[in-house]
Amino acid sequence: MMIQLKGLHKTYKGAQPLHVLKGIDLNIEEGEFVAIMGASGSGKSTLLNILGILDDYDEGEYTLNGTLIKNLSETKAAGYRNRMIGFVFQSFNLIPYKDALENVALPLFYQSVSRKKRNAIAMEYLDKVGLRDWAHHLPNEMSGGQKQRVAIARALITHPQIILADEPTGALDSKTTVEVMELLKELNQQGLTIIVVTHEADVAAQTNRTIHIVDGQIV
Amino acid sequence: MIEVFREILGSLSRNKLRSLATGFAVACGIFLLIILQGTSNGIIHTFEQASAGFAFDAIHVFPGFTSKPYNGIKEGRRIKLDDSDSEVTLSNFPNELSSVIAQISHTANSASFGKNYLSNVSLQGARPETQEMEALQLITGRFINKIDLDEQRKVIVISDKNRDDLFKHGERAINQQVRIDGITFTVVGIYKEDGMMSGNDFYAPFTTLKTIYGKGYDIDQLQLKSKNLDTEEKNDAFESAFRKVMAVKHEFAPDDRSALWIWNSASENADMTKAENILHTSFWILGLLTLLSGVVGVSNIMLIAVKERTHEFGIRKAIGATPWNIISMVVLESIVITTIFGYIGMLLGIIFCEGMDAYYGNQTMDMGFFQSSIFVDPTVDISTCIHATIVMIVAGALAGFFPASKAAKVKPIEALRG
Repeated sequence: MMIQLKGLHKTYKGAQPLHVLKGIDLNIEEGEFVAIMGASGSGKSTLLNILGILDDYDEGEYTLNGTLIKNLSETKAAGYRNRMIGFVFQSFNLIPYKDALENVALPLFYQSVSRKKRNAIAMEYLDKVGLRDWAHHLPNEMSGGQKQRVAIARALITHPQIILADEPTGALDSKTTVEVMELLKELNQQGLTIIVVTHEADVAAQTNRTIHIVDGQIV
Repeated sequence: MIEVFREILGSLSRNKLRSLATGFAVACGIFLLIILQGTSNGIIHTFEQASAGFAFDAIHVFPGFTSKPYNGIKEGRRIKLDDSDSEVTLSNFPNELSSVIAQISHTANSASFGKNYLSNVSLQGARPETQEMEALQLITGRFINKIDLDEQRKVIVISDKNRDDLFKHGERAINQQVRIDGITFTVVGIYKEDGMMSGNDFYAPFTTLKTIYGKGYDIDQLQLKSKNLDTEEKNDAFESAFRKVMAVKHEFAPDDRSALWIWNSASENADMTKAENILHTSFWILGLLTLLSGVVGVSNIMLIAVKERTHEFGIRKAIGATPWNIISMVVLESIVITTIFGYIGMLLGIIFCEGMDAYYGNQTMDMGFFQSSIFVDPTVDISTCIHATIVMIVAGALAGFFPASKAAKVKPIEALRG
């Protein structure tokens, strides 16, 4: 079992407390390709943040590949994010003043891998996503599809257990959407567990399983 | 560590304008700090050079007038010191004094050589010890020696300035005869005039003056050479003990300060050292305050930079940067900026100081009776540079710390949203 959620609750505190997740139970096996769908405000982004250890939850249990993820210190959470999770975002989230190679290599910097070694590995992954020739271009010199492929290479470089993709095709045109989805499918076929948050039905249709969230609950 | 520096240099060089703006404030601060230090050193060196002509163990005692009635004698009586006072003084203070000499002086109307003459010449009755006591530097010839004293020779030692006035055509002064109020003296030595008070004195043997000018046993001055008086308290204690001994011998009130005038170069020197320290400290404080404004500037700009880079820190945290990674990155960035630009400022400051040295270092101010250099070597030494380096690193760390802790608190979800 890669991901196991038991009775997950999350409330945003404030003047008017917002109960976002109301008891989520979810199991995801290793090697699955899962889509999470839901209207905006349904709690799907919150769920993804919790899965990505970017946010904490109030009640329940979240086990990632046998490790209980609960009440972690910031430093420990950063370590888990670095080694277990690869992120792909809608807005790419590349560092603008670093070229493609440096962006891909950055997670290894936080594992204290030497510059030479991490650049060599990063080049390998850029090659895998077909951007070897673009290694020394800055993000603003690349198209949306290329940027997303750089982001995917960055997500892969630490050999994570899961890839979390938040609307990975939301900012792409239909042609590059196909390219990016083909890449994700290929990675899944190599055995990687991938979870995609999307509101596009045809993106969800390309995955193995679709989970619908309505009002903080899985239906 | 090298990896971290590479990362920092990358982010600094990609944000050139911001780095420059940040560094400018620091460069200015260090520049001013160095100039202030150089200036204060210049002033202190001037003091030191001016005081190089003093012997710091010399105490001069002059007879005065009583200002209080004592033992049935009215005030206003003139105190007379004589030869016996030197022996009494030395035997009373064997631990405080290494030598005591009686001195007499005489003011002659004129001294002449050929057509050149000087008026109001002050003749000092000298002994061999006088040279050391008054820290006189001989240029040529010799000082008054024991044979001169024993034989009451008519020989004189004059300053280089007086030599130039009397022997205008570059004639040899040594062994020439100078007429002083009708009596001929032979010049045996030339001493270097030090720019301060004593540049016009003629030194002749004590015994010669005593005989020629009929001074009898009266003396004009006692010159004491102190030893072991290394603190202000010891000097003060010695002075009051000395007054008591003299008060008994000459019958005046021990607390009558005008009966004897005591000029102690050691306490003068202590005052000057204190003044130098105050000057030095106040210039450091001024410099540090200037630097502080630079630091606040850096801190401000770093704070804005951190805000601008919230998104970047969010990305870094999402892919595995710990809070410590972020803090150390921002603090080191700040230290690198302050140190690089600090050194630029320091270099410019040193160049400025050297320029000041070249321009003002050789200029002198003529204040009539003495000459003085305005600035002597107004430069900074290596220890100031080391201190400034430490200050820069501390300043950089300080300036970076608050923005860094703010950056470390960035929540990745909030940073990545939008």
